[in-house]
Amino acid sequence: MAVSLADITTLSRLAESVLPVPEPFVDLLPSGGLVRGAMLATAGPVAQSLAMALVGPLTQMGSWCAVVGLEELGLLAASELGVELGRVLVVDEADPTRWPATVDALLDAVEVVLVRAPSQLSAATASRLVARARGRGSVLMQVGSSGSLWPQSPDFTISARSLAWDGIGFGHGHLRARHVEVEVVGRRVGGPARHGSIWLPGPDGAISRR
Amino acid sequence: MGDVRVRTLVVRCPDWSVYAAQPGPSDPLVVVRANRVVACSMAARSAGVEVGLRRREAQRRCPEVKVVGYDPGRDLRAFERVAACLDEITPGVEITSPGMLSFGTRGPSRYFGGDEPLGEKVLDAVRTALDGRWPAYVGIADGFFSALRASHQAQVDAREAMVVPVGCSDEFLASHPTSSLLEVLDVADLVDVWVRLGLSNLGLVSQLSTGDISARFGPTGLAAHRVARGFDLRPLDLQIPEEDLSVSMEFEDPLDRVDRGVFAAKALAEQLNSRLSELGVGCTRVQVYARTQGGEELSRQWRHEGTLSDVALAQRVRWQLDGWLSPSSGARSVSPAPSSGLVCLSLTPLEVQPDSGRQLGFWGGESRIDERVSRAIVRLQSQLGTQAVRLVQIRGARDPAQRVHQSPAEPDGRLGDSCPVDAPWPGQVPSPAPAVVFEEPLRVLVLDEAGREVGVSGRGELSAAPAVIERPGCARRALIGWAGPWLAQERWWDNQSQRRRVRFQVIDDRNEAMLLCVEGGLWWLEAAYQ
Repeated sequence: MAVSLADITTLSRLAESVLPVPEPFVDLLPSGGLVRGAMLATAGPVAQSLAMALVGPLTQMGSWCAVVGLEELGLLAASELGVELGRVLVVDEADPTRWPATVDALLDAVEVVLVRAPSQLSAATASRLVARARGRGSVLMQVGSSGSLWPQSPDFTISARSLAWDGIGFGHGHLRARHVEVEVVGRRVGGPARHGSIWLPGPDGAISRR
Repeated sequence: MGDVRVRTLVVRCPDWSVYAAQPGPSDPLVVVRANRVVACSMAARSAGVEVGLRRREAQRRCPEVKVVGYDPGRDLRAFERVAACLDEITPGVEITSPGMLSFGTRGPSRYFGGDEPLGEKVLDAVRTALDGRWPAYVGIADGFFSALRASHQAQVDAREAMVVPVGCSDEFLASHPTSSLLEVLDVADLVDVWVRLGLSNLGLVSQLSTGDISARFGPTGLAAHRVARGFDLRPLDLQIPEEDLSVSMEFEDPLDRVDRGVFAAKALAEQLNSRLSELGVGCTRVQVYARTQGGEELSRQWRHEGTLSDVALAQRVRWQLDGWLSPSSGARSVSPAPSSGLVCLSLTPLEVQPDSGRQLGFWGGESRIDERVSRAIVRLQSQLGTQAVRLVQIRGARDPAQRVHQSPAEPDGRLGDSCPVDAPWPGQVPSPAPAVVFEEPLRVLVLDEAGREVGVSGRGELSAAPAVIERPGCARRALIGWAGPWLAQERWWDNQSQRRRVRFQVIDDRNEAMLLCVEGGLWWLEAAYQ
């Protein structure tokens, strides 16, 4: 029952400035994780899976994640990708006039907020939300951003393309594992785009390097 | 989760607040908190006053009653003397609340030759400390709650002690009323519901399955259920620090006044808490140790329902020192009375837990929802409506598709009516699950190489290999793989509402995968593996 000081320290990772992500992403993201106060975007045809994969470890560690206006997000898939569903708050998008206040309130309360970039976000609103995230040390993640609907560019954008699915044939088998090529670009990357080859998910359901 | 039933001895002095207020022997007295009576003296009782009455009502029933305000400091100071008298018997005395203390019996029971002799010894000591002026009841059983109930049973049976034999606590608790949970958990609403459902005693409560309790009553219900079954309830994320995290101070000039000691204690408490908060934890159980120049030592353990703040820590030191250093009136303490000033004071955290908002505490039926999140939920629901903010659970169900549920979030952690989400397919499509599930399936066209729509027989056989998929508003995509069929016939017994659906997985030439469903000859896009 007794735990060492190291174990007690893990309880307080919440106090650290970088939230953990699955291992294969560590080398791809600036600072090796989700920096508190950051605004990032997931894009491309694997955007939703990327978003869910990224928030898995931090929810396992006790942080909360809110999802706003992403009604189509598959929660069973989230759970399979490692998200602790007991720390997920699902909020309807409701009407657009309430959206900024809703996201604002959530940035205040949880560590990560997943949003779908709504159309016509004013510069003022966007800056206010980014400032709120920075001030509270929470992470604002646009999921599936298509084009630049946010007036400001995110700290980085992570996208992936699906290279191959294992397990499915021509009239037999079933989707079992997916091999994706991840790309991370953005001003915080500090250099050329980073690339990585990842199982998302792998044959055993886990996210791993390929 | 720590399914533990530590054999425990509880000493309970009923209506302790009254004793601490020191009425004359036949004075009617009530202790009032938030305008309600929380304790009353015998004389007040015989005039018809009961715990729970409003102050006005009590005064109406007993016009000459003396009303005293609730003062936990006064109560604990007085009770410290009772705790002190047991120091010779065991070092692990834990003051749970004024008038109630407990300790594990393993060592002492062996030393004194059994539970009964131990109980006798404890009663002797307590009687001495109280000078016979106040009753005390001892209960010994497996687990704190059972021992507490045993002490109540002793009082009911007009005995001073009751020992529930090892392994018999379940049987013993079964006949106790459900309302007895209120003494240790703040679950009035829950108890109300259970009683109305016919669960009038703990035996009936314990017969419910944890799955049912969890689904219907949430974490609060689970906690109460555990206690009803006699299990010790500890905060679920309790940690016992292995490293020595204690802080201490030595005084060159021995402190001879309590308030100087308290001043030092406050500084120590700040030191301890800042050390703990660097680690992201707070202290729920602390040991306060004091030593005088003459070598007398006093060590006392204190438990708190949340984490102990600086002020709370310093307060406990005050109570402990007050009881020890100040000349006491009447009661004699067994601990050697200090002959000189304090030279050493130390605080040792014995149990810690993550210090992030409300936790499931022994005294609170609160949920594990972080306080910040809780407040955000309330705020958002007032603006968007209760249904707009939901929590998610995975519930055990035969059907994988029924497993993920969303329920409107209640701020106290209870969940409103839940409904399954996500998977309209009855669990027949193997994992991994698709990352995007469309709220309304989209009509698509699936064509073969010749450009004809692909048909599906009742048994899921395709008329031709699917080669192209056309989504409204999207470019045509060639299909390079497909799998299935997965047949799902729902409500097959009902000719009217029976639905026959066949599902297929397909991947297009960009290796993007989709879940399609054929029903009534039409193809639908249900989900995508994005």
